[in-house]
Parts: sequence; structure tokens; C-alpha cells
Amino acid sequence: MTHHPFLAAAALAVGLSLASGSLVPAQADTTQAPLKDVHWSFDSPVGMYDQEQLQRGYKVYHEVCSACHSMNMVAFRNLADKGGPFWNPAYPNSNDNPVVKALAAQAQYDSIDTETGQPVKRPGTTADYFPSPFPNEVAARAANNGALPPDMSLLAAAREGGARYIYSIVTGDGTTPPAGLTVPDGKYYDPYMPGDLSSFWKGDPNKVPVGGFIAMPPPLVDDRVTFDDGTKATVAQEAKDVAAFLEWASDPKADERKQLGIEVMLFLLVFTGLLYASYRTLWRKVGH
Amino acid sequence: MSEHQSTYEPKSAFERWLDSRLPIVRFSADLMSFPTPRNLNYWYTFGGILAFCLMVQIITGIVLAMHYDTSSHGAFMSVQREIMRDVNFGWLIRGLHANGASMFFLAVYLHILRGIYYGSYKAPREVLWWLGCVIYVLMMATAFMGYVLPWGQMSFWGAKVITNLLGAFPVVGGTITTLLWGGFSVGGPTLNRFFSLHYLLPFVIAGVVALHIWALHVPGNNNPTGVEVKGKQDTVPFHPYYTVKDLFAIMVFVILFAAVVFFIPDAFEKVDNNIEANPLVTPPHIVPEWYLLPFYAILRAIPDKLSGVLALAGAIGMLFILPFLDQNKVKSMRYRPAARLYFFIWIAFCLILGWCGSQEPQGTVIPGPAGPVIIDYGINSVTWLARVSTAYYFAYFLIITPLLAMTEKTLPVPDSLFTPVLAKSAAPAE
Repeated sequence: MTHHPFLAAAALAVGLSLASGSLVPAQADTTQAPLKDVHWSFDSPVGMYDQEQLQRGYKVYHEVCSACHSMNMVAFRNLADKGGPFWNPAYPNSNDNPVVKALAAQAQYDSIDTETGQPVKRPGTTADYFPSPFPNEVAARAANNGALPPDMSLLAAAREGGARYIYSIVTGDGTTPPAGLTVPDGKYYDPYMPGDLSSFWKGDPNKVPVGGFIAMPPPLVDDRVTFDDGTKATVAQEAKDVAAFLEWASDPKADERKQLGIEVMLFLLVFTGLLYASYRTLWRKVGH
Repeated sequence: MSEHQSTYEPKSAFERWLDSRLPIVRFSADLMSFPTPRNLNYWYTFGGILAFCLMVQIITGIVLAMHYDTSSHGAFMSVQREIMRDVNFGWLIRGLHANGASMFFLAVYLHILRGIYYGSYKAPREVLWWLGCVIYVLMMATAFMGYVLPWGQMSFWGAKVITNLLGAFPVVGGTITTLLWGGFSVGGPTLNRFFSLHYLLPFVIAGVVALHIWALHVPGNNNPTGVEVKGKQDTVPFHPYYTVKDLFAIMVFVILFAAVVFFIPDAFEKVDNNIEANPLVTPPHIVPEWYLLPFYAILRAIPDKLSGVLALAGAIGMLFILPFLDQNKVKSMRYRPAARLYFFIWIAFCLILGWCGSQEPQGTVIPGPAGPVIIDYGINSVTWLARVSTAYYFAYFLIITPLLAMTEKTLPVPDSLFTPVLAKSAAPAE
């Protein structure tokens, strides 16, 4: 090959870039501990939700998280949809499912008296979305030291790491801060919370602790809830189950999607094979 | 279809009647029997694949529009709650549409690279090439506006960053931006405008595609040898030979598409876009979609904002002027080893630019210190890698291509596009 003047510089640049291409440079200042290594039934592209785990997760969400976090995209009926925690094939219409009917009836919603138009309360129906713990954002912040508990409908989808992130945050919340780290009032140290702690750190500036502060008090303790299926309610178990439930809440159609995907792929492979055979047959006598 | 003699014979009385009034059956028949070079390889199937992509986007898009709320208060909810959860198969329709954009760009990039490699922009196909460039620009505008519609954090802030670029133009910049925003910041009116245009532009694309196919059917297809068709022995009718080959290629493409939609539907999605747009909270890392990353890197590589915007526009403009830059009569890079080499290096730099666009500008390329600072950034920074790559990107078009066109010693070109085919079938191992 003849020598080209641009080549040497270009090749060098390509080589350097490829050599380092896989290494992601350090983020400006934000740090975070590597997420905990936890596994769920739905991890793989074809893995399905574990219905019993979703039921346990719902219990944790309902008894613990929902005191501060809204979940305004999930209705009671969704809990009984196919793939959901209370799906029961005996009730193809999830609105007929007695479990979710009972759950919905426990909640109270604003309504009006149909005779007088005066505001009244009514029990929830399966069509109602989960009630919000606070009437508005200001009230939510006022009750939580200025911090806004995020809506949980899409929490797993809106955080890098999804369920693993939620598990790590919840179990890392309230980790004893290393000596030299000043934790502000009303905040807790969490090594999994992305943050920059350098201005709160009095030690070696090269050894700033990873992670950040979170306004949520450590939410889980052993036996915070009692699981109906007899599973021992350790912090790890509660966190794992609620993370699974939040993953479901973010992506409730995942089971349906994966199931349909397998069927579609099988069809496509067969159909494409037939097309390839047609193509070969047709072109057999044509030079190309 | 000037050179293609019509072979259509009306068979029934009705067809004869219609043929003398609106020869639409003749038109379709001639389209199907169009003589096509027999040596087209799989790189030539992307035209069909792209037509398929456009159809998928338009059909899924029309259905999504039936369920979408264009108000800035309702957009996020209508996408994430109604479409993703309540509409029957809404998750699938949106999955096809959102990932369809990525698949569309994957196919269009391969289609463009094929065009450059085989010299499909050269005479007599310059107009065909320019129409293709117009489609590409329209696609980028459409995709950008479509990305804003879910009204997540990345939608909002992406819109803000990109529309702010237009403000860089002196005198008219401010007016253009205000007009585009429908106010003095990105907000509800912006979303409404973008929805309207996002619905309009695909039909404009479809119109330009019709012109693109018309401009294809006047000179006929280029082919991997770049030697023009010399007679009947060089061609086969488009149908059934290429309908079946294109359909097979489309189905292979669909397998990849389906794998993404069903098993990794959020592969191209930024997690921040699952948070509703909030003008008061800036996401830590604003990044455009992957198919715009090389241009984003070029934009950021230039220290001055207006020059950066001009460089970005110029990078796309290079494609338009390519037919003037390369005057070499040999079309296919099969017979141009030097041109081929610099072309592959250019592809590598485009990929590097894409990587640079996804990174923080001050990030280091080789782990360690950023090195001495020249024009705002250390020489070991992503920005400097992007600057070097940008320099090659433009040098490839403006210096290397014209020089090679004049100086390169090309390999012997076959007498006809059929010669290599005969040589191949004469060889023992097919």
C-alpha cells in the first residue's frame, strides 16, 4: 500500500481512541458506591415476575412507603391485572377481583353528595388510582423537612440501576457515616445515593466518602411488616420484595411483553427461513 | 422511467378503459418490472428497509396521536399512564415507535454509507443523492421533535439546549427562537408546535421519498461495480427478484427490531425521561439520542457558540456537496483502495465523535491527568479528541476526497457489471 500523508496521524488517533474507548472517564464530582449485587426472577430479558414476591412487596409499599410516597399511575384494578400481584385467572376482568375490591374499599376519596353537591367522602373503587398521602407538593415538603418524596409509579424506570438501585438505597439508608463526615440535620448518609460530599468532609480531601445524603429516614427494620405467606421479614427480604413491586409498578406489562416476544420471535424465525428459501430458489438459475 | 419500455398489456376491457384514463395499473406494473442490476448485494436492501421503517413510524404514530394529550400538563401522564398501561397494546405501539426511530436511523446510516462506498452520488445520480440528504435532514428534525413529546426531563432539556442553538445567529436568532418556542422559554406552546410539526414532517418525508424513488428510476440503480447497466443481460426485473430479496432483508431487520422492542425496550432510553419535565431541575447530564451524538460532539468541539452551530450545519452540508468534491470517474471504492482506506478511517472518526458526544466535555480520554490546557480543555480531554476527530471529518470531505479524486491510481474497472459475476460463477467454489 502506498504511503499516505494523513495516514500516520489518523491511525494513531484511532488507535488511542479505541484503546481507551471502553473506559468511562470519572464523572465530574458525583460519586456513588457500586450497587449491591441482588437478583430477581425478572432480571433476564425473558424472566417473569414472582407473584408471591409482588404481593409481599405490595404489603411493604402499602404499610411503609405509601405513608409518604404517592403512586399516581397505578389503580387498584392494576394490582389484579395479568402479571400483577393479585392476578387471579378466575377473574379475567380485574375489577371483579375480590382482593383488590377490598383493598380499594379501605381508601377514602373526595366526592360530592349527588343530592346537595356538598363535598363528602366515598370509599374507593377498583377504578381509583392509589390515594396520595399529601394534598399537594407544598404539604409533602412541609411534612418531610423540605424534601419531596418522589412519586413511585416510575421510580424503578427513572433511576439508573432500577430495582437494584432501590434495594441499595433502602438498605444503605442510615449507614453510620465515617468519622469526619458532618451529616446535616434531617439528613441521612447513604453510600448509594449519587452525591458529592466533599464540602461536608473534614478528612483527607483525596478520600472523600462515596455517596450522598438522603432525606428519607431508614424506612425498614426487621419485622416492619408481617408477610402473609410466612416469609421471614428481614430488612433484606422486605427491601428485595418492595424493589420487585416497584419494578412491576414501573413496567407492569413486562410479563405480557416478554411472553408475546417469544411467540413473535418464533414466528419471525420461521417466516424469515421460508423467505430465505424462496430467495435461494428464485435466484438459483440467475447469475448474480 | 424514461428508458424503461413499458411491458404492460391491459388484459380486460376494464383495464383497457382505465389505462386510457388513469394508467395507474401500468404505472404499478412498470414499477414492478423495472430492470434492476442483477449484482446488487445486501447493502442495497436498505432502501426497502427504510420504506418499511417510514411506514411503521407513520402507522404507529397515528395510533399514538389518538391517545396523546398535547398539553404540557397532560403529555407525560398520557404517555406513561394511558398509553403505556391502559391502551390495549399501547406499550407495544409506543415501543415500536420509540425504538423504531433508532432502527430508522441505523438503517439510514448504513444506506448513506453504502451510497458513499459505491459512489452512488456521482453522475447521473446527484439529484437522487440530494433528495436523500433532504430526507435525512427532515428525519433528524422529526426525530428531535418526537423526542420532546413524552415531556420527560430529557425531552424538555434536550429541546431547551437545541432550540437555544438557534439563538446564536446574530440579529434573527432571538426572533427565530421566540417563534419556535411560542413564548420566551420552552413550555406548553412549544410542545404544541412540536406535536403539530412532528405529525406533519413524516408526510413531507413520504413526499420526498416519492421524488427519491422517481429520481432513482430515471438513471436506474447504481451497483457494487459502479459500472452502468449496458443491456438486458445486466438486469433482472425488480419483481420477483428484488421483492423477495428485499423482503428477506426486511425480515432479518425486523428480527433485530423485535428483539429490542420485546426484550430490551428501554435500551436507547435515558432514565431521566421517566421523570416529568421540570424547568426548575436540570438533569446532571443532558445528552441527545445516539443518532445525533456525532453532531453534538462537533458542536461542543468548537469554542465559539455560533461557529459551533455553523460547524454542526456544515457537517451535514458536507454530504450535500459531496458530488462536487469527488470528481473521480470511478464510482465504486472496490476499485479505489486509497479512497476506501480514508473512508473507513472517516467511519472510525464518526464513531469516535459519537462516543465523545455521549461523554462530559471535560472528561479524560486516557485515565489520568487531563494534560496541559489548550483552548479551555486539557489535551487528554474528550473535547480535544472531538476536535481532532472534527478536523478529520471535515478534512476527509474538503481535502482528502478532492485530492484523491485527482491523484489516486484506481484499479482496473470491469467492462460490464456482469463480468465479475461470470468470473465468480466460473470459479469452482461458487
